[in-house]
Amino acid sequence: MSILFSFFAVIALVVAAYAGVKIANLQFLFGVIIPYIAIALFILGFIYRVLKWGSSPVPFRIPTTCGQQKSLPWLKQNKIENPSSTAGVIIRMALEVLLFRSLFRNLKTQLRDGKLVYGEAKWLWLAGLAFHWSFLIIFVRHFRLFLQNTPSFIKTIEGLDSFLQVGVPLLYMTDVVLLGTVTYLFLRRVFIPQVKYMSLAADYFPLFLILGITASGVLMRYFYKVHIVGVKELAMGLVSLNPVIPQGIGVIFYIHLFLISILLAYFPLSKLMHMGGVFLSPTRNMANNSRMVRHINPWNYPVHVHTYEEYENDFRKKMKKAGIPVEKE
Amino acid sequence: MATKFTAKPDELSKIDYKPPKKGWLDTPAEFKEHTFCWGAKAKNLNIVEFPNARDWSPAEEDWKLPENWQEIVLEGIKDRLGKYRSFKLFMDICVRCGACADKCHFFIGGGDPKNMPVLRAELLRSIYRKYFTASGKMLGKIAGARELTLDVLKEIWYYYYQCTECRRCSVFCPYGIDQAEITMVGRELMNLLGLNTDWISAPVANCYMKGNHLGLEPHTIINSMEFFLDDIETITGIKIKPTFNRKGAEILFVTPSGDLFADPGTYTAMGYLMLFHELGLDYTWSTYASEGGNFGLFTSNEMAKRLNAKIYAEAKRLGVKWIIGGECGHMWRVVNQYMDTWNGPADFLEEPVSPITGTIFENAKSTKMVHIAEFTADLIKNGKLKLDPGRNNHLKVTWHDSCNTARGMGILDEPRYVLRNVCNHFHEMPEDTIREKTFCCGSGTGLNASENMDLRMRGGFPRANAVKYVRNNYGVNMLANICAIDRATLKASMEYWVPDVSVCGLHELVGNALVMTGEKERTQDLRLEPLPEKEAKE
Repeated sequence: MSILFSFFAVIALVVAAYAGVKIANLQFLFGVIIPYIAIALFILGFIYRVLKWGSSPVPFRIPTTCGQQKSLPWLKQNKIENPSSTAGVIIRMALEVLLFRSLFRNLKTQLRDGKLVYGEAKWLWLAGLAFHWSFLIIFVRHFRLFLQNTPSFIKTIEGLDSFLQVGVPLLYMTDVVLLGTVTYLFLRRVFIPQVKYMSLAADYFPLFLILGITASGVLMRYFYKVHIVGVKELAMGLVSLNPVIPQGIGVIFYIHLFLISILLAYFPLSKLMHMGGVFLSPTRNMANNSRMVRHINPWNYPVHVHTYEEYENDFRKKMKKAGIPVEKE
Repeated sequence: MATKFTAKPDELSKIDYKPPKKGWLDTPAEFKEHTFCWGAKAKNLNIVEFPNARDWSPAEEDWKLPENWQEIVLEGIKDRLGKYRSFKLFMDICVRCGACADKCHFFIGGGDPKNMPVLRAELLRSIYRKYFTASGKMLGKIAGARELTLDVLKEIWYYYYQCTECRRCSVFCPYGIDQAEITMVGRELMNLLGLNTDWISAPVANCYMKGNHLGLEPHTIINSMEFFLDDIETITGIKIKPTFNRKGAEILFVTPSGDLFADPGTYTAMGYLMLFHELGLDYTWSTYASEGGNFGLFTSNEMAKRLNAKIYAEAKRLGVKWIIGGECGHMWRVVNQYMDTWNGPADFLEEPVSPITGTIFENAKSTKMVHIAEFTADLIKNGKLKLDPGRNNHLKVTWHDSCNTARGMGILDEPRYVLRNVCNHFHEMPEDTIREKTFCCGSGTGLNASENMDLRMRGGFPRANAVKYVRNNYGVNMLANICAIDRATLKASMEYWVPDVSVCGLHELVGNALVMTGEKERTQDLRLEPLPEKEAKE
């Protein structure tokens, strides 16, 4: 049900873009207005969400410690998995964000003849990492459309990405990897019963959307050639705030652009905000030093306690009889 | 009131992991016998001035909720979203990748999909979405949002008292989403409605009024300690005279009251007493701060702070320089991550320095509280203890890292160092079940009652399974740990799953091995069982 809903939602978006451009000739709407709105929603929404998280304090120092603490000088501390310094936290966060450290720990727990067995389970980590890095590289490659002269680092990336030297135009590995990993991420949601059980439309929709974006991009580059000079003109127009709609770009480009716009607009409303959220996660971005440095809770308030005086009043007789010293005889 | 829990281990370990056909949003919780604790009693909630106190039973249809219960819960969620970044973030950023799913001991041992940490969180997220997000308000079920109905409330209650806040899920989550944080909030919400369990609220009330969970009154503490002081005399020939509430002592010692009450915790307490006596340590026990543990932590942040406040207050009153804390799991989560923030600064205390070795405990320079395993490891490293590990030769020991001390602190190698020095036979369990990946005993966070044995034994299954492995491969017969709840609950779990393995605290083994000045030739261990023939010296 949530799979079909998400699938048809993305199909509907494709149809809308096709009809809008091909039939209604709304190139300006799909090529300029919607992208502008989407970018604005993305930037403002992203900032809003992060500020909203940031507006809630972190009352306690609650890192999840995944290694030996700092204690006696002769015991080897795990300075990254249980950091006590800012440097340690930065490395921990870098490993988390760049290499998905925690996901790398993943295990598969299986029950065999009444015995539990823990096996390696690195596929999710590998696919997740490949997916995100490919996405990033493809994103960066697209900068060439927004810059008058293509900077050398983009050319380097393109060169590395196509080093297999296959096909004309040269095949980018990241295109293949992105298609493959999105498909994998979708299939595991469908075929692993537990993951299927927990999945919502909000999990399938972004996968279909990204699949649509990637597929339309791939079709454009390798199969249905679009008028690339026109695309660059349009992109340059968008960034220079001088929007133009060159003729004859081809409808598939507008579909691609529309799906990206939807992704951008949808981003701040969705779980995709994990991109920003991971940096704010208190179990990962804090040092385990709260016995060394007092952590302040901004809303710490005085509480009602049962004082020693009250306690002694309750038990003075018994305490004296048991030989326990008391404050008031 | 209820039938006896009779399921046999081989029945219980047949686990069906297949999720039901019907989606979780529309499947109300089924309250299965032996999986939940009795409801809190009015008198115990009244002692700590909690709202909506009444006698109620989770098994009954009518929970006697206040009329505006929905409003109270939603207001409670709103309040906590504003107070805890963790909670707000964890409501928003989960991508449901499922990496946490088979990491939870309750899911592994029971197969109920709502015990996958992700789904346990989703139970509350679905409410959050419905009332606090635009997409949930507009799209409803498609966005995974749903109304807060009575069934949903009961479901959250049921599953949030099937989480031991052990944080294992958080180790594997790519965003560090910690179900413990979410469970804590969920339980706070339940407490707004008077929906605590009896097994948690009674110790809380006891601790508040009498200083400890068990409700031991000052003279009773002394009486029960007399028993093991007598035993120590029988074993060593040495009569130890500890002091209580003594002003001017250098060190205050605080340990969970479970150590004073039932074996095998009592053997651990004997170990403390012997160690401190042998060192001639200038320390005192307190009857007012006679609880290291904190069932308030399983209730609400405020309640935990209220109970914890006694430790610093007592340290100040007695004028001690610093504090040593005994072996307890969640106590150390509190000491390490909450105490100073709640009830500090402890500027009336001094930076802890071991009077025996001169070691400055820099890692505790603000809280001024040192873990006894840190303290003892330092003693051994500096050669200050005379130890005869051969006295533990009848024990083949494995080490259970407690969830809180492993994942909320990271005290992993101190106890192992001590262990290696006090016994000759130590075998680790498989690496995916120890250290930061350790399994919960299955009964933490106040789930160690007697009416929920099905849940407890299922939750204890992964730990027991790893123990069974070292039992079969190395003949392990002793499961050592530094947690009072572990000592109480693993005993039951071992009796059920691996009957020939016993449970002990670290300092019981220290007590066995410790060669005390003027002691007689020992023939018994701390359990008054005969010592094995000493192995021939090489």
